[in-house]
Amino acid sequence: MFAIPLAWLQLMRERIRLLVALAGIGFAVILMFVQLGFRDALFESAVRIHLAFEGDVFLVSPQSSSLIAMDSFSRRRLLQAQGVDGVASVTPIYMGFGLWKDPDKQGTRGIFVMGLDPAGQVFPKSMLPNLDPIKLQDVVLFDRDSRDEFGPVATLFARDGTVETELNSRRVKVGGIFALGASFGADGNLVTSDLNFQRIFKRDLSKVDVGLVRLKPGADLAQVLQAIRTEIAKPNQDVMVFSKEEFVAFERKYWQTSTAIGFIFNLGAGIGWVVGTVIVYQILYTDVADHLAEYATLKAMGYRNVYLLSIVFQEAVILSVLGFIPAFFLGIGVYRMTYKATALPIYMTQDRAVFVFVLTMVMCIVSGAIAVRKVQEADPADIF
Amino acid sequence: MQTTRALDPIGLAAEPIIAIDHVNHYFGSGRLRKQVLFDITARIEPGEVVILMGPSGSGKTTLLTLIGALRSTQEGSLKLFQEELYKANNGRLVNLRRSIGYIFQAHNLLNALTSQQNVQMTLDLQPQLGSREKKLRALDMLDAVGLKDWANYYPSQLSGGQKQRVAIARALVGQPKIVLADEPTAALDKKSGREVVEIMRQLAQQQGSAVLLVTHDNRILDVADRILYMEDGYLKEMDRDRGSDMAGAFG
Ligand SMILES: Nc1ncnc2c1ncn2[C@@H]1O[C@H](COP(=O)(O)OP(=O)(O)OP(=O)(O)O)[C@@H](O)[C@H]1O
Ligand SMILES: [Mg+2]
Repeated sequence: MFAIPLAWLQLMRERIRLLVALAGIGFAVILMFVQLGFRDALFESAVRIHLAFEGDVFLVSPQSSSLIAMDSFSRRRLLQAQGVDGVASVTPIYMGFGLWKDPDKQGTRGIFVMGLDPAGQVFPKSMLPNLDPIKLQDVVLFDRDSRDEFGPVATLFARDGTVETELNSRRVKVGGIFALGASFGADGNLVTSDLNFQRIFKRDLSKVDVGLVRLKPGADLAQVLQAIRTEIAKPNQDVMVFSKEEFVAFERKYWQTSTAIGFIFNLGAGIGWVVGTVIVYQILYTDVADHLAEYATLKAMGYRNVYLLSIVFQEAVILSVLGFIPAFFLGIGVYRMTYKATALPIYMTQDRAVFVFVLTMVMCIVSGAIAVRKVQEADPADIF
Repeated sequence: MQTTRALDPIGLAAEPIIAIDHVNHYFGSGRLRKQVLFDITARIEPGEVVILMGPSGSGKTTLLTLIGALRSTQEGSLKLFQEELYKANNGRLVNLRRSIGYIFQAHNLLNALTSQQNVQMTLDLQPQLGSREKKLRALDMLDAVGLKDWANYYPSQLSGGQKQRVAIARALVGQPKIVLADEPTAALDKKSGREVVEIMRQLAQQQGSAVLLVTHDNRILDVADRILYMEDGYLKEMDRDRGSDMAGAFG
């Protein structure tokens, strides 16, 4: 029947030690949440633009590695794609970094500029409801979620209805505001027409950075992808073809593997894990050492070794659960603060909560596995 | 007991609860190997109270741990309840321990548990018992050792004698056929030492358990039916009279 819950009672008996243990585990858990949260937020921010694109198939140059490091390809490929069965429309998108002058303090800073055909549909209406202003010469739309260093553009725009400043030393006017958000690669974003883009960057519009392809309703994505690949990409070897999902994955992979971001934050989370493991090990080891004579007595009474091992592991599991819960809520708080301070898309996700909980469990079980070796010393024949 | 022994002076006819035959024991290995028990032969009958005396280092604890199935028997034969311990596997040894009540010099109670829970730890090894029954039996046992009102106290709140009485309750609550006690009074003052031994003997007698008690304390020799004497690893039976000569304390 119900046996005495020795593991629980033993932990509860040493309140101070328990609190120290929980604080240590909580610290490790929060560290893991923060590190992994930042990592994911940076990856997430890097694909925000991709996710916003209203396209089914994307063409980019094989030399491109990420939106902030694009090489261009010939617009002819895009026009060829227009002819493929199932394709409804194609839209070229031009991208580059321009030097933006803060209309208030006059400092300059690199801003990410996208040029697109005002008649084509690139972003959802909910994000860019009105593209009419950029049909005018030297008018741009400004991302209100850009970092503050670009100046109080949204505020000025709301007050005056327009803002004038310089982009690449060319006078431009802000004709509208939208919301997208800063990313690790781009501190701020502008959208303008392809023609304005040509004026500002002095670039040839026959060279495209991203080709956005929209399918006819009911067209089969896999088939169209296959057709564009075999008919256009294969023979010319100068363009890569992605589905939207693949395009997002391509960008993510760049940030994960070609930059130190993933490594740095994984390392940070790893350090949190190790610190937690050491703390839990210390606690469990001391606990076993303190109870060695008692454990030996239990063995002399006829308790099996597994019983004592299970006590240690039960303590490990109890510690991990009790340590995780408060740290989880603190983690949510830290995310909120970080979001307010950096505008990075950082928030608690179910996946990460589960992942960190599993890490915490493993942390406690690993420390338990090291600490149980001490239990073997509880030999009643040697102790008495 | 006296009559039993009169009819069966060498203790062969009845089935002894502990039968030790030509047991040798060694510590260490290779050149450091040292023999600490030499050709030990002894029998203990059900319900007997036997005291084991002898100078420090003579091997008393070693013998007790062998009988308590805490060590493997190396040479000779050692039977508990007719079951051979020599070459018995560890699982068997652990099972046998459950029929033995062990009382140590230190009480070794679990600090995180109340008196009652400590006593109940023994009963948790008997899965057929319901939790209510375990609780009642633990309380009864605490009552028997005079600690009825201390059931919900933690060891840190008890005196040395009280703790040792809880340890006795813990050892006896499972109704073991053998009680092994290794200097249970060493850490106690004279009065509580005496009390503890009395309680132990009385309960063991009620339950029909045999008691093997190691002690240096001459003042408690009178509780014994028999006294064994160990010196340099050899065991001898001691005459009660010679024992009393030596102890000079009772008669
Ligand atoms: N684990 C061990 N390893 C090596 N030698 C041991 C070990 N345990 C005991 N001994 C030795 O065996 C001998 C007998 O020890 P034991 O503890 O059985 O004596 P004892 O009669 O119980 O003494 P005491 O009255 O002091 O408790 C001693 O010489 C001791 O040093
Ligand atoms: Mg001893």
